Amino acid sequence: MFKNLMSWIEYRLPFMDKMNLHVMQYPAPKNFNFWYFFGSLAMLVLVNQILTGIWLTMNYVPSAEGAFASVEYIMRDVDYGWLLRYMHSTGASAFFVVVYLHMLRGMMYGSYQKPRELLWIFGMLIFLVLMAEAFMGYLLPWGQMSFWGAQVIIGIFGTIPFIGEDLTLWIRGDYVISGATLNRFFALHVIALPLVLVILVFLHIMALHEVGSNNPDGIDIKKDNDGTVEQTEADKKFTFHQYFTRGGKKVIVDAIPFHPYYTVKDLLGVAGFLLIFAWVIFFFPEGGGYFLEAPNFEPANALKTPAHIAPVWYFTPFYAILRAIPHPFMGAVAMFAAILAIALLPWLDRGKVRSLRYRSGLHTANLINFCISFVALGVLGVLPAEGVYTLLAQIFSFTYFGFFILLWFYSKNEKTKPLPVRLT
Amino acid sequence: MMKNLFSVIALVASSWAMAAGPAVHLDKAPIDLTDKASLQNGARLFQNYCLGCHQMQYQRYSRTFSDLGIPEEIGMENLMFTGEKVGDHITNNMSAKDGEKWFGATPPDLTNVARVRGPNWLYTYLRSFYADPSRPFGVNNDVFPLVGMPHVLQELQGVPYKAYETRLVDGASKEVYVGIKTDGSGELSAEEYDRAVADLVNYLEYVGEPTKLEARALGIKVMVFLLIFFVLAYLLKKEYWKDVH
Repeated sequence: MFKNLMSWIEYRLPFMDKMNLHVMQYPAPKNFNFWYFFGSLAMLVLVNQILTGIWLTMNYVPSAEGAFASVEYIMRDVDYGWLLRYMHSTGASAFFVVVYLHMLRGMMYGSYQKPRELLWIFGMLIFLVLMAEAFMGYLLPWGQMSFWGAQVIIGIFGTIPFIGEDLTLWIRGDYVISGATLNRFFALHVIALPLVLVILVFLHIMALHEVGSNNPDGIDIKKDNDGTVEQTEADKKFTFHQYFTRGGKKVIVDAIPFHPYYTVKDLLGVAGFLLIFAWVIFFFPEGGGYFLEAPNFEPANALKTPAHIAPVWYFTPFYAILRAIPHPFMGAVAMFAAILAIALLPWLDRGKVRSLRYRSGLHTANLINFCISFVALGVLGVLPAEGVYTLLAQIFSFTYFGFFILLWFYSKNEKTKPLPVRLT
Repeated sequence: MMKNLFSVIALVASSWAMAAGPAVHLDKAPIDLTDKASLQNGARLFQNYCLGCHQMQYQRYSRTFSDLGIPEEIGMENLMFTGEKVGDHITNNMSAKDGEKWFGATPPDLTNVARVRGPNWLYTYLRSFYADPSRPFGVNNDVFPLVGMPHVLQELQGVPYKAYETRLVDGASKEVYVGIKTDGSGELSAEEYDRAVADLVNYLEYVGEPTKLEARALGIKVMVFLLIFFVLAYLLKKEYWKDVH
């Protein structure tokens, strides 16, 4: 009876076949390490944000008059409202932590290189939408930092010559940040951008499964079936979906089915992540003033500028680049260029070897330079832009862009180590 | 070159430390959210000395009573003065406009003040008033210079003044600032006053986040659960991965 029903459905909607294709018979390289946890964790945080967001929306009032009070209502009068709110606010920071580490993983193992360029582009689009989503969400509590942070960021668009002023007017829907701005940000934050985000995540995963997962060795696990590939006993043990063998044209080596091997391994990652996540939510929900900024516990006041306006920590590396350039519009251009440069990595990196395990020492040093520059800019973005900080921000902006420029030059004729035939 | 680099780092580190803290040294507030007697005294002080001008418009009387272990009848009799209902928010009838007219700025709502300023700031601020005849209310404050607020706790502390002592410094006698003292006209001794302010700040800290103790208690259970989950997930992973070589 049940079997009949299943085959009736399967004939009309091949559910089991798709599950096999993407989960049970998806060939994943067997050597994923710690860095490969962050993709599944990003999915987990996305689900967390959507679920807690839905429940917050049930009591949140999207108006300049009611927003702040409704957040306090959620914090005090709604059962476990404080938990929902902290899960959502901490989740926003956690999202950027896992996404930044996920991106670093891609850079370490050359996951953006051919044939994964489109996968990388989808990832960068997710990152852009995520930044817009986080920025608009931060206005909703209608606290002092919500208001003044938005003022600063919308002001960036105002620096564009000719259209800048009109553009900021169009974004705000008013001459100042007001209830009109809050309402449209609410609409974009709860429906438009999450919808785009979910679609992009779907495309990101579809693109991933088409080209297959990269791995810490950066070599292919799908070899051309030209008779030279030797399959070990272990390789023959598992069945993979015929789609991946391209009707016998490809031989898959050193792979294991995503389920159950990586589902149980990712479960371990989830447990480890949740330990840290819960620790913050229950014991340090303000994240030392970086996840929830102290001035944001005061309602937005257009007549009272906070002593020091700093965007939330995940924007500060780019914000520091913006401020490092003395000219406002050129600063904005540099900031967007900093993001665009990452998106262009598949073409800026002209190397043929993916993983830093087999690339030159120069490349490793350059990547370390990138990490130091990024973190240093993040720290500088929190600090006031004065004196030596501006100089340091300029130096680290230079080394940040230097990473990409150097990469373009040395990657073409880089001295690399010989690649292994099989995964190590 | 290296020397320059080090001096830059040292400069950054030192100015960073300064950027993190305000110019005035803040005393550490002895916060203890489990001390019900302290919280109750803090609530009593707030109702009697602060509520006239400052509201707690997001906190309900009933919440304060139940969290602080105050029976409703006793709370209504001793802590509610103007005939509100127990489910009402802790508000007063002073309009924002009047407040601005009388004090130069509307007295801020204090529900979240401990989260905005931090308990140490509040604890030090309330103990840093001193007599200054040039100010409209006759007092100034070291933590918040030129503050528009009168020293409402003066009947408890007495009239505070900045005390100086003549001391021998490097062979010459100099006037040295030794702190704030009072004329002894207050109801409380210096230690008792510090204790009262600590209770008040403790209460403000509680009101800023009334769920803090609940969160900690639940948090411990969640962490224990997650630790067990982590161990089981690890064992499950190990079991499955036995056949991957």
